[in-house]
Amino acid sequence: MGGSLNANHLLFLGHGALWTIGLSTIALIGGGLLGFLIALARVSPSRAIRLLSGGYVQLIQGTPLLVIMFLGYFGLSALGFSISALMAASASLTIYVGAYFGEIWRGCIQSVPKPQWEAAEGLGLSRTQRMIKVILPQAMRIATPPTVGFMVQIIKNTSLASVVGFVELARAGQIINNSLFEPFLIYAIIAVIYFALCFPISALSRRLERRMGNGRTKLMPA
Amino acid sequence: MGLNLDFSVVLERWPLFWDGAVMTLKLAALAIVFGAIIGTFCAVGRNSGNRLIARACTLYVEAIRNTPLLVQIFLVYFGLASIGFKFSAFSVAATALAINVGAYTAEIMRAGFESIPTGQIEAAEGLALSRFQIYWHVILLPATEKVYPALTSQFVLLMLASSVTSQISAEELTAVANYIQSDTYRAFETYILVAIAYVVLSLVLRAGFWALGFALFPRRRRLGTAL
Repeated sequence: MGGSLNANHLLFLGHGALWTIGLSTIALIGGGLLGFLIALARVSPSRAIRLLSGGYVQLIQGTPLLVIMFLGYFGLSALGFSISALMAASASLTIYVGAYFGEIWRGCIQSVPKPQWEAAEGLGLSRTQRMIKVILPQAMRIATPPTVGFMVQIIKNTSLASVVGFVELARAGQIINNSLFEPFLIYAIIAVIYFALCFPISALSRRLERRMGNGRTKLMPA
Repeated sequence: MGLNLDFSVVLERWPLFWDGAVMTLKLAALAIVFGAIIGTFCAVGRNSGNRLIARACTLYVEAIRNTPLLVQIFLVYFGLASIGFKFSAFSVAATALAINVGAYTAEIMRAGFESIPTGQIEAAEGLALSRFQIYWHVILLPATEKVYPALTSQFVLLMLASSVTSQISAEELTAVANYIQSDTYRAFETYILVAIAYVVLSLVLRAGFWALGFALFPRRRRLGTAL
């Protein structure tokens, strides 16, 4: 139909891949900031804040990202904002990633051993001091492997931004396929590019996990 | 221009939503059953002494876990069609989802296998249990019991991910929503209702798995906790 795969097509795919990376970065930063707030809210001394943030996490984790994408896209325009696909996708991914990071990091904060909290309290540190100086530095160490692991999920999930018309890697592949109709070839290339983006991060996350595991076994009594 | 929500025209079409939800559950159930089987065999394969089989299983797990479900579905659906195999959207969707969740299950099961102390396997060998008996009673069942919570969260995520199959027009909940919003021009309302439906479905699924856990693992029933 539209000829065969040429350098221009590959350039277009490369452009899509760059947008996949860009959107992943936006989601990582936005979702990271939101997730941090959620994680703090989840261990807040106020019951209302805990319930509210817990409800948010439950709600988002019970909804598919695809539906959140549509809600972001149609919802924001129903509210009267005229928005681009990039904005809708960024907002949806931020909301989604924030809930997952919030839950992951809550677990990390709570897995800092109880005596550390008590010792900090015993030293007369205020709540903020205790969090910043004692708990968070240790929680961050625990949080590194799962956070890196979740980055793979973020990259893969940006493919769903294609449904609101944002031209990232998956959408770029669809567009090229519509003109060439070589689905096997094109989607295989897309899959390989995604693999090349994700696999190093998965491998890194696994390595970090193993190192953490070793550290922990060393601390355990024989 | 303020927000003006009108749910009535969307709610009128509730039988469509119902059919979509049933279809979503059917897809998820098929994918979970076959995915669990694929994943368990794959975890056993990676554990086996045969290097070729272990390599093949690792390749499968890594390939699936590092590519988006959307691309996998497109590859299977349009790829098979282009070389002359024509299957219904539903069967392609169920197959792709099963292959997808199989890889995640394999990874979780492997963690379960690794948690079994070597001493228990040696003890079973000392008791002259056959290889199959050891696998079944000493490795597989206790390992599944240990990773059951992780497995069920993965399965709930799969049910949510099945929404992606709407992109090849398998007629599940999200595809129904796409149809209804184009019919009523009430996109926001439609997707709000669908989001609520998914939250309810995931709660139902969680409750179901919790009850199933009690039925499957008698120890959980007796002790009130896993292991």
